[in-house]
This record gives sequence, structure tokens and C-alpha cells, in this order.
Amino acid sequence: MVRFAGDSGDGMQLTGGQFTLSTALAGNDLATFPDFPAEIRAPQGTLFGVSAFQINFGSTEIDTAGDAPDVLVAMNPAALKTNVGALKAGGLIIADTGEFNKRNLEKAKYDVSPLEDGSLEKWQVLAFDISALTLEAVKPFGLGNKEALRCKNMWTLGLALWMFDRDRQPLIHWLKGKFAKAPVLADANIAALNAGHAYGETAELSGPLKQYHLAPAASEPGLYRTVTGAEAISYGLVAGAQLAGLDLFFGGYPITPASAILHNLARLKEFGVTTFQAEDEIAAIAAAIGASYGGHLGVTSSSGPGIALKGEAMGLAIMTELPLVIVNSQRGGPSTGLPTKTEQSDLYQAVYGRNGDAPMPVIAARSPSDAFECAIEACRLAVQYMTPVMLLTDGYIANAAEPWKVPDPAGFEPFPVTFLEEPNGPDGAVLPYARDAKGARPWIKPGTPGLMHRIGGIEKNPGTGNIDYSPASHQTMTNARKDKIDGIAASIPAQEVTLGEAGGKLALVGWGSTYGPIHQAVRRARRKGLDVSQIHVRHVWPLPENLGELLKSYEMVLVPEMNTGQFKTVLRDQYLVDAKPLNKTSGQPFTIAEIEAAIAAALA
Amino acid sequence: MNDTTPIKTTLKDWETDQEVRWCPGCGDYAILKAVQRTLPEIGADPAKTVFVSGIGCSSRFPYYVESYGFHTIHGRAPAFATGLKLANPELDVWLVTGDGDGMSIGGNHTMHVLRRNLNTQILLFNNEIYGLTKGQYSPTSRMGTVSPTTPLGSVDRPASPCAFALGAGGRFIARAYDVSKELTSVLKAAHAHQGAAFVEIFQNCIVYNKDVFADFTEKAGAATGQLWLADGEPMLFNKGAQGIALDTETLSLKVVDLVDGDWQAAGVRVHDVKNRAMAHLLVEMPFGPFPMALGVIYDDPRPTFESAVVEERARASAGKTANLAKLLSKGQTWTVE
Repeated sequence: MVRFAGDSGDGMQLTGGQFTLSTALAGNDLATFPDFPAEIRAPQGTLFGVSAFQINFGSTEIDTAGDAPDVLVAMNPAALKTNVGALKAGGLIIADTGEFNKRNLEKAKYDVSPLEDGSLEKWQVLAFDISALTLEAVKPFGLGNKEALRCKNMWTLGLALWMFDRDRQPLIHWLKGKFAKAPVLADANIAALNAGHAYGETAELSGPLKQYHLAPAASEPGLYRTVTGAEAISYGLVAGAQLAGLDLFFGGYPITPASAILHNLARLKEFGVTTFQAEDEIAAIAAAIGASYGGHLGVTSSSGPGIALKGEAMGLAIMTELPLVIVNSQRGGPSTGLPTKTEQSDLYQAVYGRNGDAPMPVIAARSPSDAFECAIEACRLAVQYMTPVMLLTDGYIANAAEPWKVPDPAGFEPFPVTFLEEPNGPDGAVLPYARDAKGARPWIKPGTPGLMHRIGGIEKNPGTGNIDYSPASHQTMTNARKDKIDGIAASIPAQEVTLGEAGGKLALVGWGSTYGPIHQAVRRARRKGLDVSQIHVRHVWPLPENLGELLKSYEMVLVPEMNTGQFKTVLRDQYLVDAKPLNKTSGQPFTIAEIEAAIAAALA
Repeated sequence: MNDTTPIKTTLKDWETDQEVRWCPGCGDYAILKAVQRTLPEIGADPAKTVFVSGIGCSSRFPYYVESYGFHTIHGRAPAFATGLKLANPELDVWLVTGDGDGMSIGGNHTMHVLRRNLNTQILLFNNEIYGLTKGQYSPTSRMGTVSPTTPLGSVDRPASPCAFALGAGGRFIARAYDVSKELTSVLKAAHAHQGAAFVEIFQNCIVYNKDVFADFTEKAGAATGQLWLADGEPMLFNKGAQGIALDTETLSLKVVDLVDGDWQAAGVRVHDVKNRAMAHLLVEMPFGPFPMALGVIYDDPRPTFESAVVEERARASAGKTANLAKLLSKGQTWTVE
């Protein structure tokens, strides 16, 4: 496992992303964890301006970005200080001595250079002047000092590619494309990359710098690519709309870490996608609902604070029973919270967070590639049940990449939408709130002759939809809205045991992006002979019909979550099981070790 | 408006079976009738007509028009209408809002729907009060308005809806009042305008803010208080005895008296609906020293938002096929044997 850390202007996310691609192309399984500051360009050299990218790769199945890295590439003293604590004992530090000057050491609050005071004794240190080596490598291209130093990340990447025996060619190809308009920059970056690679090959360095050969991970045959959660969701929404036979309308407002979905979809207009950057979060969801009313599949997306603003409009979509997909890329909260860090603390908001009795299905993606299927499922539920659906993901899933076996669209089950074209009541009456067997009302597009009717947020007559706040009407409609959503439980797969077996001493129940660390921890514990199973829930609301029985088949239930125990509370409420919490709210994902320790403690 | 085949309807065809529930004597009744009279005259098709509203007394409007209707949430109607028009630009969308809905909680959306120039008619019923919530002062209430929340009189300055709409980039600005016989012709002009057409309609809330516009709407003050603007016509009022001229020294408007009906000699301006600078002066013209500017104040169309979006989508899609399999396998891939 390798962590690249540097200044937020050093191009660490880019370096990590390209290393990820090379790793995937080499056939290794992988998981990544980008960790960057909320500031766009935090002051140079400071501790809070450090940007890091971690990648875990290898020949076996990888579910997490890993706990402790084996190699840390530190581009300056601040990057070393903030990241070295995580490095495995005996791990390798590669440091750029060119940046370990007095000024940078002061900014990182080091009195003496850690490279010289013996404080890094428990690790292997390889320190050399990457800055100078880079400047030398790009000298022929006549770049200014500042521009030349920007190639440092490529130099470092070249070295990393050598260490892990990775092919440089895809990267060279990528650089040529990226700098097509400035070939000299492409050449300089390629020269830096080659120089870094050559340095590894030829440097007379003994000891730690050695080449690692990793065999490709065994995986199912097929075509693969890497995918981030934001990409997978965008593709899933496009696929979902196609399967429904609808055009997609996406109303969004910029917010971290959800904006990437809007960026991606804005480039897919040929798929019948309309994207609308609204004036605010409320207008974004309102426009999406307006588009759904007009017969498109309306989608909106945001992160916690934006989702809070959309609450009233979600209620209107529930009340008028219009399809809508709401994607929440969760981040640390409350309020502005931790915009670039990950958390799962919007579960209550998703399941309960609206005025009135306002039930809404909630689906949670567990990984970048899983987000694709979840997005399709959200579209299906929205149009088949005429309801808004919330899809939960988080900052970790949205930004992280993993290899993805490219699915064949021919294998997807279509769920075509039929709009009402003729009056559906007695004597030619139009009944917008008549219901089918699933409890769903008909979808009627304005523009359809003879079906004029009015809908709105006021309580309505169960059939005609006309304003009707009589006691009987509100009771009937409240029940109908609840029964419809509860009924979804019958259309989703029964909950399976993700790893292990039904019944036993301990079940670890998770949802969302904690899948990876829980999976690895349970696997390791089971290998040690411990009686523990993993249950990972996709349909967070309504819950699968068999989940209650399944949970009761274990002596203990432990719920690891990146919040203070929200899903645990839902499970206790629904099933009266004594679910115990395992919580973390540091803005960082669980490590495998943390969950392993909790398993050991529970079974002690 | 949209270029569709005119449909033959009568006022009756636009009435729903729902009991109208505004207070007896409310100005909204007159506006409803004016709209229901206008729709047959413009050949509107009930199936392609959609009334979208927010929250407030005015926003009950869609329930009373036999077309498609969407009663949404407070202040956000323009955003719903935007999504609807982008999904189906063929629809003829009318927005119904009020001074609280459109100028207070929904001010942001009013601004952006005008700026983007969505092809829709925006009817803002201004009664200078919150009616549905029982009489609190609104952002258009005059200073000193006594209400349950301002028992000693309001101290904040009112906003001018037309000045706001023009400032937000509106390309059609008009004014009328609930019982004015010219309301239908103003509505027709708004409908004929391609783009966001903003119509402020002074509306008499007989329960909470009775007769607040009576100084110019009642017979006694009508002649001196109403300046009905018509494109290409001199700006005359008070039965042609007075007119509006431009003081070129101060770049402001002034009232001039005519001698023997010679408006040219008096320097009275001819109304030009495309003159944006004059429109700014007219919407800001204070009532009292001046008459109230009514009718079509400004009308100078620009390409609409939805047509630009549709064009851009077509341009971006030209020559490309929507091949999902190809999309999913985009970028660098590798094969596992």
C-alpha cells in the first residue's frame, strides 16, 4: 500500500489517480482513498494544506484503501508530519530533501529536520533531492523554475511505477492527450516521468529501494476499467432512465463532494440528458420535480446541507406522488461540517428528515461499482412506485476508484414507463390518485388531451386529487402513502448473509461505504475461527422483509457506522433487537484493525 | 406563448367544478375571470396549458382553471416551471404568485426565472399584505403599515415588483389592477411575448388591506391617477389634459400640462416599449406626484432559455449515438482472461 502526500498544489490527487490507473492496467485489484483539504489552495507548506492519496493494491481481493501504508511518498515536511504516523513500522519513507528547508520545516512546526534527528528510526528513509533531479530532467525544455517544479509529481510517479513494475506507456499516452495544446509541457512531464523511472533502475541505492513484483489479482474474466462512485452514479442514472424509456433531467447546485455527478452528466447530452445548474438547492430539486411532472425522470443531487434545504420539496414529491431520485453524497456534519471528509451521518435525515408522515425509500451504495446498480435500482423504484427515492453515497465512495467489470447493458431488465393516455375513471372521469396493485398512481403528462387535472401539496381526495382535508381523506391518504412505501419491501431481494452463515454468535451489520473494512475484518476473524458473519444492507428503507428474523438468529448484533449510531437505532426500533453500536466520526473510514478489535472484544 | 393551432373554447370551458374559496369581494375573482376570458381569445389549448403556483391566496388559482395545474411550495413556482418547460417546451406555462410568494420567500427564483428568460407568463398579484396567514405586512407594504407583526407600523421600505423584475433582466414588464377592463389586453400582450413576461396586478384584499390602491383605482382618482401606456402613443392622462415629459437636465420625468391639447408643444414623450432606459424611469415613477404607470411598460424580446437549452442539447448530440455499452467501457480498459 502506497500513500502519496504533498502540498495541495503538488498534484497529489493526479499522481494517485494515474498510479491507480497503471495499477488497474497491471491487473491488480485495488482500492483508493483520496484525502484532501477543503481549501482549494491552502497556504503552501502548511500542515492543513496537505493533500494525500492512498492506494491499496495486490494480488488478492481488495475491499479497502488499507489501514497502514507500506510506502509514504512525502513531498514536503508538512506531508511527512501529518502522514508518517499511519505508516507501518519498518515501512519506507521517500522524501524530497529539496523541500526540507528551514522555511518549510518551520511551517510544519519542526525544530530540527526529522530526516536528521533520528526521529524516523522505526522506518526506512530514502531522502534525496527530487526537486533538483526534476529540474535537471526538464532542463532541455526551457521551462520557468515554477513550471519545471510542477513536474515533480510525474518524477515521483515514475519512481513509483518502477518500484511496482508498472507500465509507463498508458501514462505517456494520457499526458500527450492532456497537454495536446502545449506539447512542450507534455514532453517535460514525460521526461520527468522517465527520469524518475530511470532513477529507480540505475540509482546506486542499496537497501530499501527495491522493485516489487505483484502478480495480477484473480478476478472474473471480462472487460475492466476503473470507476469512481460519482462516475458510476452518473452512468447508473443514464442507464436507469434508458431502462425506463425516459429522458433524464438533472437539477443540481454545486456542493462538495456531490458536484462531480453534475459535471459528468453535463457531458452526456446525447443520452437525452438535460442538466440544469439551478440558483440554489431548492430550485434544483423543484426543477427536477417540475421535469418529472412533465414526463422526464427528474434527479437532483447534493450533500447533507443541501439535502436539508430540499426537505420541503421532497415532501411535495411525496404528496403529489411524482418520481424523483435524490442522491446524497454524505460528508461530515452537522452544518458545513467537514466538506471533504466522509461520514454516514445523514441516515436519520434520509429516513425520517421531513415534516409530516413522509415515507420515502432509501438505498445505500457500498462501493463505487455498487453505486452503478444502486442508481438503476433507485430509478426503478421511483417510476414503478411514483415516489421520490433517496440514494445514499458518501465522499469516500464518490471520489474513490476501484476496478469495475464493465457490465453489458443487454443484461439489464428494462422497466418501461406507461403514461396514462385515456380517462381512468367511470364516465370518462380522470382519477390522478387512483392506485394500481402496488399502490402507485398513474403518471399523467401535461399536454395529454382530455386528462386535465390539478395536483398540489394540500391534502387531496383519494381519487380525484381535488383539495380535500376532511378527516377521512387525510387518514386514507396517509395510510396509502405509507402502505405504498412499505410494500416496496416485497419487490426487493431478501437480505443475504454477505459473508458467513445465518445464525451464530455475532453478526456485523453495515450499510454504505463501511462494506470494505467490515468485509476484510470479518474475513480475517473467520480465518482465526471466530463465529462472526457480515450482513451488508443495501435497502435501508424499507428494510428487506426477512431482515428481522435474520438478525434474531444471532446472539449478538454489532453495527459499525461512521456516525453515532443511526442505523443501530433504526434496527432496534424495527425489530427490538439489542443491536450494539461501533462508531467512528473522525472523517476517516474505519480501519480493518479497528473492526477486528471490536469483533475480538465482542467474542471475548 | 407557443405557436400552436388555436383551439376554440369559451370562458365556461376554463371553469373547474371546484368551489372558488376566496373571500367574497376579493380582487382575485376579477383576475380569474379576466384570465378565463383571455384564454379563449388567444386560442389556448386546455391540454397544453399549465398553471403553476406557489403558496398564498393567489396560489389557489390553478384549482379554478380547467387546464393542467400544479400548486407547489412557497416561493418556488418559477423553479418548478423551469423544469417543466425544459422537459416539454411545447407547454404554455402561466405562473401565479403574490407579493409575499414572489417578492419575499421566492424573490431569488423570481430573479432567476427573469434573468434566464423562461418563456412563461408571470402574474404577480400584489395586495401589499399577507392574506392567507391573516394580515401580516409584506415586502411591498408601504412604510407605516399597521399589521399584527407591526403594531406600531412597519419601518422598512417596500420593494417595487416591476423595478425588481426589470433589474433582474426582465424583457416584458406590465402593470394592471384586478378590476381594470384593460387587464385582458395586458394579459394577451404578455402571452404574445416570447420569453418571461412579468405582469404586476394590483389586487384589493378587502379583508386585510382594503382599498389600498383606491386612490387611483376608484372613479374619483382614476383620471389623474392612471397613466395607461400604449406603444407609439403619447403618454397622456387626466383625459389628455396632462402628460409625461423628460427633464433632460436631470434625466427625470415630469408632469406637464397641455395647452389646447398640443402634447408635442408640451414636450410629452411618445411611449416606446423597447426603450429600456424609459422603462426604468416609468417603473420608478412615484405615485402621488405622478400617476401610476399602467399597461405594457416594456416589451423587447430576446431568445428564450428553453430554446437555448434545446439548441445546445441538439448541438452537443449531433453526430453522436447514445450507445450505453460504449459509454460504460469508455477510457482505458483491460481484459481479464
